[in-house]
Amino acid sequence: MNLSAILWRVASFAVAAGFIALWQLTANLKLVSPVFLPGPDRAWAALIRGFSSGDLWSKLAGTLEHMAYGWLAASIAGIAIGAIIGSSLKMRTYVAPSLEFLRPLPVSAMIPVAIAMLGLTQAMALFVIAFGAIWPIMLATIHGFAAVEPRLYEVARSLQMSPIAVISKIALPSASPDILAGMRLSLTVALILSVVCEILAGLDGLGHWVLLSARAFRSADLFAGVILLAVIGYLTSVAMSLAEHRLLALQAAQR
Amino acid sequence: MNLGNAKDKVKALVLPLALLLAFEAWARASDLQSDSLAPPSAIITALAGAFADLSILAATRDTLFSAFTGLALGSMIGLAFGIAFGISDVLNRLMEVTIEAIRPIPSIALLPIALIALGFGYRMEILIVAFACVWPVLILSRAAVRGIEPRLIEVSRALRLPGAQRVWKIIIPAALPRIFVAFRLSAGIALIVAVTVEIAINPLGLGAGIMLAQQALRPDLMLAYLVWIGIIGYALNILLVVAQHRLFGRAALSGDSP
Repeated sequence: MNLSAILWRVASFAVAAGFIALWQLTANLKLVSPVFLPGPDRAWAALIRGFSSGDLWSKLAGTLEHMAYGWLAASIAGIAIGAIIGSSLKMRTYVAPSLEFLRPLPVSAMIPVAIAMLGLTQAMALFVIAFGAIWPIMLATIHGFAAVEPRLYEVARSLQMSPIAVISKIALPSASPDILAGMRLSLTVALILSVVCEILAGLDGLGHWVLLSARAFRSADLFAGVILLAVIGYLTSVAMSLAEHRLLALQAAQR
Repeated sequence: MNLGNAKDKVKALVLPLALLLAFEAWARASDLQSDSLAPPSAIITALAGAFADLSILAATRDTLFSAFTGLALGSMIGLAFGIAFGISDVLNRLMEVTIEAIRPIPSIALLPIALIALGFGYRMEILIVAFACVWPVLILSRAAVRGIEPRLIEVSRALRLPGAQRVWKIIIPAALPRIFVAFRLSAGIALIVAVTVEIAINPLGLGAGIMLAQQALRPDLMLAYLVWIGIIGYALNILLVVAQHRLFGRAALSGDSP
């Protein structure tokens, strides 16, 4: 980063600090009722209080756990199913259109069905999160596999490679940019569905925390939870794009 | 995917039809008694019943009203900021940290805040939908405005068009195809968020309808709602894709893979 980029960044932080000051002023002057809008000072204090008492740690861990398990299950299943469908023309003509038809379905509409089958349990939450997060990954994998340069397959055939070697050595590396982009999209989906499931099923997590705080009109705790959710959303997406750049750079270097 | 010829379309229907028939046959053979599943014939009967007593139509109206009002509100806000950030690099850089701090808030996390501030009903749902719809429009319209042929801007300067006219006559028309792509994405998001809010907490619309059917242990009605929500999502998607091709033709395709 050169000097002017750093200066712009500093200026940009100053603007954000200005907005927070404005928020504080609004809260101090009680322009909005403090029942709805705590100042940043109260939200921050609630955040510190929650972490020092350990409450927020366990809620944070709960949400991260739901998100991670659901997302990992979706990634594994999505890539596997996507690879099977994407690498065969027959599967692509027979199965892929049904999947495209299902895609615009709001995933949350599956929640009542999952509740009916599994009850208000962890298993229900994991099923819903994995079911929601699988779509971007699976469709990206199908697309990535379908878009592999056909001549590469011809080369593989003339080298008499086994189907597994074709997938792991040719198709997966060539489809990985698509797959990684799909995995980044589904992280957001996983976070949103974790929160929804926690709200509905009362599972330990930040979704439950913000709902309880709202019901008790503890707005400072509520804002602390929302801030924490934003931090999770931000950090996971930054981590994912870093991993994406790393992997793709590594791959480019190998070529 | 190639849906171009009729043969492929028929092939695409084979799998879903076979699954439905197999499920129907299995449900009848095993005399299915379940709180979570119902045979396709029962689902169709329940859907017809919900249409006959108009309950599903009223729910559809509520959901679409919230989704579209939120979409309109969010798109306008996103478009205004997107164009402003696209035109002025200074503004864009100054606001960067603020935007980066607000954008990752999961829309659904705002639900409790909207709940205590506005209570149950349309307003809280519209607010959350609007928040979710702002971002795709903002990001893509900013990119679209930046991608405008610089000579067009030069022309507008040479013509000494005042600022508002420059936006209205040059910038918006030039960026419109890509802005519409953003709008299409946001429309899908609007429906998803509206249904999610209704399922999570808000007692109106299709989301509340499907939750009620589940709690009443009516799997046929629950799955009928699910099918109907799927049809609406699919129809909305098709409608917007067709509109995009009709309105912008080839120009729209250039911005289709953001």
